[in-house]
Amino acid sequence: MTFEKIIFYLFATILVLAAVRVITSRNPVHSALFLVLAFFSSSALWILIEAEFLAITLVLVYVGAVMVLFLFVVMMLNINVDVMREGFIKYLPIGVAVAIISAIEMGIVITGNFSGDKSPALVRKGADYSNTEAIGQVLYTEYLFAFEVAAVLLLVAIVAAISLTMRKRPNTRSQNPSSQVIVKKEDRLRVVKMDAEGKGS
Amino acid sequence: MMEMFIDLLFILLKAFAIIIPLMLGVAYLTYAERKLIGYMQIRVGPNRVGPKGWLQPIADALKLLMKEIVIPTNANKFLFIIAPMLSIGPSLAAWAVVPFSEGLVLSNIDASLLYILAMTSLGVYGVIVAGWASNSKYAFLGAMRSAAQIVAYEIAMGFALVGVLMAAHSINLYEIVMQQSGGIWHWYWMPLFPLFLVYFISGVAETNRAPFDVAEGESEIVAGFHVEYSGMTFAVFFLAEYANIILIAVLTALMFMGGWLSPFQGIPGLESTFLAAPSIIWFLAKSAFFAFLFLWFRATFPRYRYDQIMRLGWKVFIPITIIWILVLGAVIAAKASYVTLGLCTVGIAGAYMLFNKLQTASRSS
Repeated sequence: MTFEKIIFYLFATILVLAAVRVITSRNPVHSALFLVLAFFSSSALWILIEAEFLAITLVLVYVGAVMVLFLFVVMMLNINVDVMREGFIKYLPIGVAVAIISAIEMGIVITGNFSGDKSPALVRKGADYSNTEAIGQVLYTEYLFAFEVAAVLLLVAIVAAISLTMRKRPNTRSQNPSSQVIVKKEDRLRVVKMDAEGKGS
Repeated sequence: MMEMFIDLLFILLKAFAIIIPLMLGVAYLTYAERKLIGYMQIRVGPNRVGPKGWLQPIADALKLLMKEIVIPTNANKFLFIIAPMLSIGPSLAAWAVVPFSEGLVLSNIDASLLYILAMTSLGVYGVIVAGWASNSKYAFLGAMRSAAQIVAYEIAMGFALVGVLMAAHSINLYEIVMQQSGGIWHWYWMPLFPLFLVYFISGVAETNRAPFDVAEGESEIVAGFHVEYSGMTFAVFFLAEYANIILIAVLTALMFMGGWLSPFQGIPGLESTFLAAPSIIWFLAKSAFFAFLFLWFRATFPRYRYDQIMRLGWKVFIPITIIWILVLGAVIAAKASYVTLGLCTVGIAGAYMLFNKLQTASRSS
């Protein structure tokens, strides 16, 4: 067993265990943190297949931004796990059906196109080969249209989310920072000259 | 197998060669901070331990080592202990790709700028986990504030870096520095002047330093996310904060101030002297200057209000960076030189400031 294989199995084991703990752990904050661990291990696996751009982006986008917001929300919720589990028996058949279908689909994909003997072996590139540049080249030429459609979709999602949650309340008071900044001492302060007041006067 | 272990050993030694000076730098940055702010406020600062107080950081470290680590009731013990490590881990890991001088870099990876961005974005976990695991309202409030703030400023920071990599045509830090060679007017602070300001201010916000230190906010929430931490666990948070300050200072020097390149490069008459030669001394001097700015800010500015911080991040910095990326794109497409763009930018900024000064002068008279 080579050093690389040892590392692969180490991170793969951590990944699977963390993914299992995401759905079995009782505390939602623990689940979110296990998801972070799962992202991290899969990013390590991507580094092993020399996809360093994707690996770093996974950490940057999902761990560094998305999961922070996830944690932010989950920590403020007071989730009662028992209430969540009440309908467990009722929804069990549907859940099992979905699980079986996705297992079959995954099986088809794995035994079909991506099985070890059909896919070509990984081509090892030299250290001067830039993964980032290669992805940029195809992303902005061949797949430009798909890329821009995805960007617009995300923008639509942002606009939709904001318009759903934003409501104008008549009674809120807000400050106008630019008018606060522009204020000068003379506008607010008036120095008055007056005689000292004695005790007995 | 044997060769691999020797390689690993060498990498480990090199890592220590970075971390030990860094830790010394952190220790004496705290001393410099107390001394400098002391002098700015007409005090002397620490002067009892050792000659002129030079041993103060060591005494502080010893004191913190000896103190008991108190774990609050009902705190999540595992997360409480691991939070400081989550905080310091990324801030040390980021140093792996920082180039110090020509050929002086631990790991010259291709995507080093992205790697740095990824690592600095992880530091927030230490803060959030600490705030949540402490089982304390104040700590939790601090963690929430910090999470919102860091996410907001990370976007502006990322966009500022997009400008840098567009200008340098590379995401390798070493390459970015080498692209700036040719004299002080080739450094990116001139053509990317707005991005330079946005990056540095976002860096101050990202490290939770004054005037953006609402995560600690002593006057409102005692000490924010590390209220419940004592002894060495507190010290580790402290180390991470100062290591991050040094990192931001170093990155600003690398990306906008030409790293180890000499400011006298390209000046006729000085070209062949030792002054124009690139050297690690220039790099250290520039980084020290930016680290000094961090301390200066703390002594000068009052803390921002929370809504002002959010406004500055989302409504001011992000639009500025997007506009400047468009400008830069136009300049690159027109094949104009960065030097022209830089001179125009700094000229316009200077003219605007002068105009503002004159206007306020005429208003008050």
